[in-house]
Amino acid sequence: MTENQMNLTFLAISENQSFARATAAAFASQLDPTVAEINEIKTAVSEAVTNAMIHGYEGVETDCFVTMRCHLTTNREIYIEVEDFGRGIPNIEQALEPLYTSKPDEERSGMGFTVMSEFMDDLQVQSSPSGTIVKMHKKMV
Amino acid sequence: MDIQFVERNGNLIAKIRGEIDHHTADKIRKSLEDEFSESTAKNIVFDFAHVGFMDSSGIGMVIGRYKELQKTGGRVFAINIGPEISRIFDISGLRKIIPCFAGIDEIESESGRGM
Ligand SMILES: Nc1ncnc2c1ncn2[C@@H]1O[C@H](COP(=O)(O)OP(=O)(O)OP(=O)(O)O)[C@@H](O)[C@H]1O
Ligand SMILES: [Mg+2]
Repeated sequence: MTENQMNLTFLAISENQSFARATAAAFASQLDPTVAEINEIKTAVSEAVTNAMIHGYEGVETDCFVTMRCHLTTNREIYIEVEDFGRGIPNIEQALEPLYTSKPDEERSGMGFTVMSEFMDDLQVQSSPSGTIVKMHKKMV
Repeated sequence: MDIQFVERNGNLIAKIRGEIDHHTADKIRKSLEDEFSESTAKNIVFDFAHVGFMDSSGIGMVIGRYKELQKTGGRVFAINIGPEISRIFDISGLRKIIPCFAGIDEIESESGRGM
């Protein structure tokens, strides 16, 4: 296993949610993960990318892009960053709480961040009014 | 994503094939709402046999149907849950409100015993 990196920038449209998670899973397969680990990575990426699109770029009419960066280490770890240049998260602590959603009337469960932290080993969120970066890390068993 | 419906003994069974995310959850909700309003079914049964992936958008969509049916005394069940879907059911707490069964026969025999 060698060190490896991948950067992907794609349009913030919902068709690209499956594209992004499938790409992350294909890249992570170089670490020879289990089926369960691949599913965890796919789900965590799907959560972060979906949040970027529906929350970060909420109400924005012009073309917006989401960037995903993946880094594989020789120690069978994956580092994933998902970045948007949207409105940002005003209260990160509150956003990370299970069941918290700013869109309760839109059938959102407020479980996205909870799923990310359950499925990955580590989750960090950086945010400002000009964008959000979600950083995740996982070591394969 | 593709969805097929079967109505049986008061249950509308939604057989979903594909992945459930934000992109597809909206489509599933719409076709399920249409089909349910045209049916005489009281309950909705999600058949996950051919669902390989679901994220929190799917959780929201399932809870949405649960809340909707609560108004009319209907129930929401899940069948054929594989390991991936099972995991998300546990983490999200969905399993506490959506009874999961091996298959439709198990739901019908439970209902027969006055559920
Ligand atoms: N990239 C982002 N930009 C701006 N706000 C965000 C972003 N990601 C998350 N948020 C905020 O954090 C909240 C919690 O996110 P989380 O994914 O846990 O729940 P949700 O997206 O509301 O619901 P679910 O993921 O269950 O459908 C969101 O409701 C939103 O207000
Ligand atoms: Mg979310």
